[in-house]
Amino acid sequence: MPRALVRDSRRTRVVLALLVLTAFTLITLDYRSRGGGFFGSLRRTASSVFGPVERGAADVVRPVRHAVQAVGSIGSNHKKVTELQREVASLQQQVREAPFDKQQAAELKQLLHVSAVGQFKMVFAQVIAVSPSYGFEWTATIDAGTRDGLKENMTVLNGDGLVGRLKVVGTSTSTVLLAIDPEFNVGVRLPNNQMGVVSGHGRAAMSLMLLDPTARVKVGDGLVTQGSADQTPFVWGVPVGSVTSATSPLTGDVQNGEVKPFVDFTALDLVGVVVEPPRTDPRGALLEPPLPTITVTTTATATATATVTQTPVQSFLPATISPTSRASSPAKPSSSSTPKPTLTPKPSVTPTPTPTPGVTPSPTGTAATGG
Amino acid sequence: MAEIPRVALIVVLVLFACIVDAVLFDPMNLPGSPPNLLLLVVAALALVLGPVGGAVVGFFAGLAADILPPADHLIGRYALVLCLAGYVVGLFHEEARDSVLLGLVAVGAAAAVATLLYGALGGLLSDGRVDAHTVLSSLPFSILYDVVLAPFVVPWVMALARRAEPQVTRK
Repeated sequence: MPRALVRDSRRTRVVLALLVLTAFTLITLDYRSRGGGFFGSLRRTASSVFGPVERGAADVVRPVRHAVQAVGSIGSNHKKVTELQREVASLQQQVREAPFDKQQAAELKQLLHVSAVGQFKMVFAQVIAVSPSYGFEWTATIDAGTRDGLKENMTVLNGDGLVGRLKVVGTSTSTVLLAIDPEFNVGVRLPNNQMGVVSGHGRAAMSLMLLDPTARVKVGDGLVTQGSADQTPFVWGVPVGSVTSATSPLTGDVQNGEVKPFVDFTALDLVGVVVEPPRTDPRGALLEPPLPTITVTTTATATATATVTQTPVQSFLPATISPTSRASSPAKPSSSSTPKPTLTPKPSVTPTPTPTPGVTPSPTGTAATGG
Repeated sequence: MAEIPRVALIVVLVLFACIVDAVLFDPMNLPGSPPNLLLLVVAALALVLGPVGGAVVGFFAGLAADILPPADHLIGRYALVLCLAGYVVGLFHEEARDSVLLGLVAVGAAAAVATLLYGALGGLLSDGRVDAHTVLSSLPFSILYDVVLAPFVVPWVMALARRAEPQVTRK
């Protein structure tokens, strides 16, 4: 009844006003404490208490999530369909026998490669939740925390590159600020050792701003992290993304550009947190594709393996392993380096093509990865 | 006496919605902003409890969403948004007893209010993540998702809340 509404409205408004006032007070207090103080510890406590709950829930819904994700991305991404169809033929065989576990093994393998080449000491973790709040905020919860030796502002990465940095660390779970979050900025190094800053913009491409007016970048250049002071929050040498477009400024102006991150942020799963940075700068070592055979079709196996073994990159353990175990490849190249297959010796399958900036393993490989 | 089971029910529903949002809907990465189960639960409860109850439930539900990981915004922001959304939906609670359609309209209104308010607060607090363009472009999506999801959520939550209601026949 409207009468009830009118009779109630005075009390209602008082309550509403009180609640709104409280909310504003909380916002102000939290703003002033800047993530520290009472609110900081409140967040950490919540992370410790609800992290395990979320982890359990994530385990339950993971199959659902993967199914929906698969359907959703095909429906929304017509352009990808044709690309995928091409891949389906070659992948079908492996997919039948390679369910989700295997993909994770591949991801772990890629991470181990990163860890080996970059000399990072890492703690591996699983993404269990992604931030709410209307899609404006790009954060994720991972299932590792202080008890695994994590601290705030550690670098988070996966086999493809930079994922983000730790923001809040609970006992057994932590929150990661993803690299595409609009509040995320990271110093990067260009192939010619110039410096720039890459910033996230949510779903839009990341932006690159060079610092030196004389520095120039070109499309296709791969960027790695510059490394912060004391390696916090960013360790050096982590691949960030490749330049997709660049402005042509007048002399004396700094150049800007757009960057496509190497990491697929719509399908984050296994990540590594760097708990101990490498003693020496790995520079561009991680920009080399770790598993160049991934996108190569069966017809090109012979040429691909040949190219891979000739790749003048130092000890590349997974790269030399995977071609040998590649199905339908009778020519078994003798691996020159010391391969130590810590994981499944079977071929690894990663549906997302690895970006290969600068390096082209084979003509077919380029065709599949380009774009 | 019957207050305690009802409060417990609301707490369970709110926490459940927060967790489902965080582990299921938000990682799906649908275009626009993700579906918001918490908002639906608050709306459904507000339709049963009325404006005051809706505002109070919305406030605490929002507070939970502000604090639970992986939230990374100022605490109180979401509380304010859901408090007002709960209040707005609660205004329709008398009418919602007879009309299902009105419930849907209320949910759509709540989604719009919540998204716009969250965006407006972002502007007020100079949040670099939110600008007018992103807010307006995600607005139709949030309304669409929530209205589509509403028939599967709102009637059940309302039925549960009514069962736990102390005295149903109070005029």
